[in-house]
Amino acid sequence: MHSFGYRANALVTFAVTILVIMCAMASFSDNFNSPSPTASVQVLNINWFQKQLHGNDEVSMTLNISVDLQSLFTWNTKQVFVFVAAEYETPKNSLNQISLWDGIIPSKENAKFSIHTSNKYRFIDQGSNLKGKEFNLTLHWHVMPKTGKMFADKIVMTGYRLPEDYR
Amino acid sequence: MMDWQGQKLAEQLMQIMLVAFAVVAFLTGYVMGSFRLMILVYAGGVFLTTLITVPNWPFFNRHPLKWLDPSVAEKYPKPQPQEPPVVLKKKPAKK
Repeated sequence: MHSFGYRANALVTFAVTILVIMCAMASFSDNFNSPSPTASVQVLNINWFQKQLHGNDEVSMTLNISVDLQSLFTWNTKQVFVFVAAEYETPKNSLNQISLWDGIIPSKENAKFSIHTSNKYRFIDQGSNLKGKEFNLTLHWHVMPKTGKMFADKIVMTGYRLPEDYR
Repeated sequence: MMDWQGQKLAEQLMQIMLVAFAVVAFLTGYVMGSFRLMILVYAGGVFLTTLITVPNWPFFNRHPLKWLDPSVAEKYPKPQPQEPPVVLKKKPAKK
């Protein structure tokens, strides 16, 4: 009974069980990290603002996105996915979300940056509701750990307004 | 070959070494802030434990069973299967 194969099997089983416990502990240790991320997004310019042929409003803008997400990173963090969404209310829908820009942050060293970009994805309303519309820019992020569950959180920035006229 | 005590020793050694390496690996990884380092230390520990407790080292055979030599064994009759002992019915106790 107590052969080479029997001992190898017992060892592998026990080693993998311990590995699961270690991963669970690593995931649990993320709870001790209380992140304090900061973000600010400025609309530098409305490049153009027009009505499409079908009647949908579309706007193109230049953004400056400054974020510091370094405190989100722990030893158990693989990467952080981050995106900026424009959020506004229309008579039909209480929440419209349009992703304008996104990025994947692979390490803590890359988690503090400031970029200057026009919207990566098109800002189109399903209708003609954007004239003079107040909207929020929200920075959402998803923390992807090496083991354990994903976390998501956001920072809402308020007080943006689109122009009253097409240009 | 391993004797009985060697088997017990191998099993205990395997469990103690794996748990010890896991503790060391976790602490190293946590303190150094490197998940990768934790996995590497643990992998090294598992490899070392495999090397020590899985092969039939002579080390595990220091208390071998002493079997009788066949020539000695044949001098004695083999034990015959015995009749099941007759269960006696209890006699009613005399008053």
